[in-house]
Amino acid sequence: MVGKVYGDAPSALAGVVFDGMTLMSGGFGLSGNAENLVTALKENGVKNLTVISNNCGADGFGLWVLLNNGQIKKMISSYVGENKLFESLYLSGQLELELNPQGTLAERIRAGGAGIPAFYTKTGVGTVVAEGKPTEMFDGETYVRETWLRADLAVVKAWKGDHEGNLVYRKTARNFNPNMATAAKVTIAEVEELVPNGSLDPDQIHTPGIFVNRILQGTNYAKRIEFRTTRPRPAMDGAATGGEV
Amino acid sequence: MAWTREEMAARAAKELKDGYYVNLGIGIPTLVANYIPKGMTVTLQSENGMLGIGPFPYEGEEDPDLINAGKQTVTALSTSSFFSSADSFAMIRGGHIDMAVLGAMEVSQTGDIANWTIPGKMVKGMGGAMDLVAGVKRVIAVMEHANKAGKSKILKTCTLPLTGSRCIDLVITDLCVFEIDRKQGAMRLIELAPGVSIDDVKAKTEAEFVTAL
Repeated sequence: MVGKVYGDAPSALAGVVFDGMTLMSGGFGLSGNAENLVTALKENGVKNLTVISNNCGADGFGLWVLLNNGQIKKMISSYVGENKLFESLYLSGQLELELNPQGTLAERIRAGGAGIPAFYTKTGVGTVVAEGKPTEMFDGETYVRETWLRADLAVVKAWKGDHEGNLVYRKTARNFNPNMATAAKVTIAEVEELVPNGSLDPDQIHTPGIFVNRILQGTNYAKRIEFRTTRPRPAMDGAATGGEV
Repeated sequence: MAWTREEMAARAAKELKDGYYVNLGIGIPTLVANYIPKGMTVTLQSENGMLGIGPFPYEGEEDPDLINAGKQTVTALSTSSFFSSADSFAMIRGGHIDMAVLGAMEVSQTGDIANWTIPGKMVKGMGGAMDLVAGVKRVIAVMEHANKAGKSKILKTCTLPLTGSRCIDLVITDLCVFEIDRKQGAMRLIELAPGVSIDDVKAKTEAEFVTAL
């Protein structure tokens, strides 16, 4: 059997990238982004991409680099704020945009991975999102039909993965990654720790290896924080504050 | 004296009940977390895939893998759980979340809300707002009553593209609190901020409402 493990992001992308392709890219904001694979896609220079991702990076980071490099033709997202480049490209007509409610986006991807071509939801009924789409009544309420999303390639980021492609995510860096891993013809996962088979507890696997075609150990993660929010430490000199130590 | 942002958040917190699962939007709604009554257990959900949001981390302990839906660094609690975006919205769309508090640009007297775009001016997107207003049991809008020019944001009909139709139960502004009967499509003034009169509210409200103080 041909192994799934690749030495780095450029070699993992070899043979599965082509102009005009549809790409799913995991992450919420800059958390849980496939940083190595996105950089390699920029170096690859692939063009006319339709990109399905909740956001489109932030100035200088994430998918922003593909946008800045003129590689993206269309975005399918739920939120593209805090991204001046995106706004200017869109308002000047150089970028197509399909905004989806975030839950509809997640469910369309989940449906794509599960082989379900369409489903009904209450989200978006009575708004522009439902315009032109069939509606139907269930239990006295109106629901709108939404269709699946599938991609040629999904690039996902996990915390740990083994040589079989079993993945474990960390905290809120999970987000869209496990859903996208199921919904593409080819899924490439980059992990912070590539571990030997047998190192992960089968009961704790988030993405079973069947959904992952290629896997690589990522390097040099920037993991930029968009909004660093903190609280003051409690005073160290007395019992007055109680609580945490 | 109209309510401040903090006071509006504190007013919204009075709607919480013990055992509630709650989603708080960005801005004033996030401040509601600071006013959860002592002794009450309220579990905060974040649509990027977390249940049980803790306070902001101490300086130096920020974790880029642990953020809320506003992309701010947060902490986990001993009861927290993490999950995928699809699971997160199964909670929201499946009716498992008890209450949501959201910001709004416009609300109508029938409970319509607009808070995601200004055509030709602002391109941000709806994020999870359309799912929240469609799927959460009780939805509260917290907003400025009027814009800087004094024009009412509480309207007969919204002028901006809608986030949802007939989905708002309660509106808390800097001047007052309105209750909306979504089925009837009718709005009632139920509370005034200190020092605000019914005439003040009438002067700054385009929508029709009955007074039930």
